[in-house]
Amino acid sequence: MFFEQLLFFIAGGGAIAGAVGVVLLRNPFYSVLALVAHLISLAVLFLLLTAAFLAAAQVVVYAGAVMVLYVFVVAYVGGSDDELRPETAGPLAAIGPIFAAALLIELVIAVVGSGLTLLDSTGAEVGDDFGAPAAIGDALLTKFLLPFEAASFLLLIAAVGAVVLARKRRGLHEPPDALSVADVLRSEPPTGSQKEAIG
Amino acid sequence: MDISWFIVLSAFIFCIGAAGVMTRRSPLVILLCLELMLNAGNLALIAFSRMVGNVEGQIFALIVMVVAACEVVIGLGIIVAMYRRKLPIDVDDMAELRG
Repeated sequence: MFFEQLLFFIAGGGAIAGAVGVVLLRNPFYSVLALVAHLISLAVLFLLLTAAFLAAAQVVVYAGAVMVLYVFVVAYVGGSDDELRPETAGPLAAIGPIFAAALLIELVIAVVGSGLTLLDSTGAEVGDDFGAPAAIGDALLTKFLLPFEAASFLLLIAAVGAVVLARKRRGLHEPPDALSVADVLRSEPPTGSQKEAIG
Repeated sequence: MDISWFIVLSAFIFCIGAAGVMTRRSPLVILLCLELMLNAGNLALIAFSRMVGNVEGQIFALIVMVVAACEVVIGLGIIVAMYRRKLPIDVDDMAELRG
């Protein structure tokens, strides 16, 4: 019991520190690394809630695959340091944190004042196989078959969409790939320089 | 640990993410903050699933993870397309759809 509480506070502190790091770090690359730390802390919390399969999926899919995609795009776009509080931002920029703080107070009041009596317990009695891969797979392929298939189609559509969005577009003024005889005749006579050979 | 601890932690993470979405200007960081908010939702779903002792909340969290992955892929694709067209990577400058 004591060990469980210790683990909760370590992982919860890590999760909050990672989240604050994502928001406050100026370089997007460090933000991505802070999010990785946050996701791994969340996986520990999932384990405390006996969600073993989701904890593993969180580390492998989220902290692994999705974050690698982020790192690639940040390296490609060259995430520049943007100012946390730019000079051009108007008075509206101060409203964001105030609104978030108000939302937090409201949510905490809602949780503390909730009528759910089970909230103040450690949860229902569950066996060891609660949240194990077998239980998740059984539920996914029997009761939740339709959402499962819809999710797989969604992933396929997203993959196709990403390829369409990020593919290299041809400009209007670029020469076509296939040169016809007329193109060669119309162009300037070659001078035989090395620049032509490369270009 | 009481379930309410997990729910309050999830509220904290959600609000940090919301503050990031509202204050940062780089679309990359805004996407990261959206991930924070989705993960806070996932934590709440799993905590409630543990509270009632029903595995269906975890299925819900798994589907949320799939949707988050799709959102990341499309969002990063849009950012790469913006970069290719030499547009500024800043949400304040990309306001043509505002009307």
